[in-house]
Amino acid sequence: MTSHLRRALSCALAAAGALGLYAAAPARAADPEPIKIGVISEQSAIVGQAILQGAQLAAEDINAKGGVNGRKIEIVSYDDHSSASDAVRAYQRAVQQDHVSAVVATFISEVALAIEPWAARLHMPTITPAAASDLISKQVHDKYDQYKYMFEGWFPSPILARATCDASGDLFVKDLHMKTAAIVSEDADWTKPLDDGTAVCLPKVGLTVVDHVRFNPDTTDFTPIYNSIEAKHPNVIITGIAHVGVQPTVQWHDQQVPIPLGGISAQATNLTFWKDTNGAANGVVTQTGTVPGLAITPLTLPVADAFQKRFGHFPAFDGFTAYDAVRAFAGAIARAKSTDPDKMVAEMEKTDMEGTLGHVAFYGRQDQFTHALKYGPGFVTPVVMQWQDGKQVCVWPSDKCPAKMIFPSFVKVQQAANQ
Amino acid sequence: MIALQILIDGFAVSALYGLGAVGFTLIFGVSGVLNLAHGGIMLVAALLGWWIAADHGAGPYGGAAFGVLMGLVASYVTYFVVVRPIQRSRAIPKVEEEIFILTGTLLWGIMIQVGMDYIFSNNPVTMQPLIPGVVNLFGVRTPWNELMIAAVCWTTIGLLWLLVNRTRIGKQLMAAAINPRGLTLLGFEMSRIYLIVWSIYGVLAGLAGVLLASFFGISSDNVGNLTASAFTIVILGGLGSVPGSLIAAYVVGYAETITAYLVAPTLRPIPALLILVVVLYLRPQGLLGRR
Repeated sequence: MTSHLRRALSCALAAAGALGLYAAAPARAADPEPIKIGVISEQSAIVGQAILQGAQLAAEDINAKGGVNGRKIEIVSYDDHSSASDAVRAYQRAVQQDHVSAVVATFISEVALAIEPWAARLHMPTITPAAASDLISKQVHDKYDQYKYMFEGWFPSPILARATCDASGDLFVKDLHMKTAAIVSEDADWTKPLDDGTAVCLPKVGLTVVDHVRFNPDTTDFTPIYNSIEAKHPNVIITGIAHVGVQPTVQWHDQQVPIPLGGISAQATNLTFWKDTNGAANGVVTQTGTVPGLAITPLTLPVADAFQKRFGHFPAFDGFTAYDAVRAFAGAIARAKSTDPDKMVAEMEKTDMEGTLGHVAFYGRQDQFTHALKYGPGFVTPVVMQWQDGKQVCVWPSDKCPAKMIFPSFVKVQQAANQ
Repeated sequence: MIALQILIDGFAVSALYGLGAVGFTLIFGVSGVLNLAHGGIMLVAALLGWWIAADHGAGPYGGAAFGVLMGLVASYVTYFVVVRPIQRSRAIPKVEEEIFILTGTLLWGIMIQVGMDYIFSNNPVTMQPLIPGVVNLFGVRTPWNELMIAAVCWTTIGLLWLLVNRTRIGKQLMAAAINPRGLTLLGFEMSRIYLIVWSIYGVLAGLAGVLLASFFGISSDNVGNLTASAFTIVILGGLGSVPGSLIAAYVVGYAETITAYLVAPTLRPIPALLILVVVLYLRPQGLLGRR
């Protein structure tokens, strides 16, 4: 090579090196570039769409108030097609190509568990607004220094079980004098700890568990299942279902199974569920975040109305939790005055925020469910609703929700409740 | 008691499987097409029928009628846009035509699935039962709708039998299944025959989709399973044999129901696959297969 060329080459290399160093420099708070938050969810499922919509709404509200540290929030969305491998690929792209500062991901536990090690490897603050497997928080607890980047925006299954038992004790034992229950759940990661929890706590509130069924989430014919349950004569069926919902509910109604459905039916919390089941949902009881018209916090109704105006319908419960999740991240970034992951995590742990479903805070390193949403009075507690004549009516806890449960005529419950 | 429950539940499920499988085998028998978009066509009929019934207040009967019509339309689109161009293409050698059609319909089925997923989401939908309520049949509480579905399936199959065996058109269809070249030499227009068979197929698949939606519910996730299930039954019964498909549908339907009731509901899909393996091993042309 001639010396001319050599000098030109070394100049070019130096320039490239300088440019590289400049590009690799961490974003400064004064930089007007937007803060990107990745949202990975299942766009073909209503519960998955709600996550993106809630996140978008939160970003718009935050930006309307000036953004964070002078920067706007930008939502970058990815459809994971309910596939863990697609979700992981999307996650890698979000972090390494699109340079997001935080990720809101999925309602499916299998997907969240696939993403979690990547949050650890890539040091990316991540929150799942709805996945409930207790393994998510267990890994954060056991391997804190690596897994501290992972947060949960709703409750882990053991807490969901606790809430189910609390509600069942009031609704089914105290009000309806029931004595026996059947636990019926889809066979999925989130229901294993759920069923372990309810199997223990239901007897403690007065319901003997006479049957325990775990069915394949691909089941389309629930007749044999209802048949075998009916043969054991439980007073109530406590469900743990999220991947299915329409089919078991419609078949329950069409076959006129005389046992009420309670527990958790995540799809029943969607406003479209009435139409999807052609009204077969009438009488279905399920745990949820809130119902239309119920103001849990001063934020609940305004956000619900904004969601309705923007997207045309009341949000599924994880529309609310995703909204709160983005606000929690925004708060953490604002307090940390940076998007450095470790600083963000430290600030996320200090989250003490009025959310849409209650007061948002996360369990700490010493607690059992590290980085999961805090449960209890003063924080967030689920409510229980029942579909009545096309409306979601809140029926528990009685201090927030005085309405009584009403069951269709084919369901056998004590007469006292039908008034 | 449980035996009676199995008998009734299995009867309705098998009738439904039979309706879908008969259409599938008819298309293969007469026009040589293994239509892997079968599940997709059923889905289109079911989703659009539900949409008209729910969103536009057409009610269960209006929705069902519209669904069947949409099944017909989907069948035509499959024939005219996917199958016929491949059959008529000069670029594809005759020996490879079937593989191309197979692949074409498979891809088309996937396109339908993804398209419907996009428009309607993968939330399952159910059609309102055409007859609500339950009846006590020998001590077994059975929804009227289930009995009605079995009745509709068998009436349709009966009408199909009449069409095939007692009408001139039906005889032409059967002749086309046996020897298409011979039929052409006799001066019959094969394109008209194909049009008729795809029309019959569209109605059958549309009806099967609508009834399935009112019995179990349907979602875009089911497309692959529906096609696979029809495929299994048809192979078991013998490709191209309508009575074979019906017998196979009952074998599979009852095997599944018995498994679901007596073994475990999760193992429901297993017996069909085991039976398929045994049949392919012992009698690969199927129970009553011709080709």
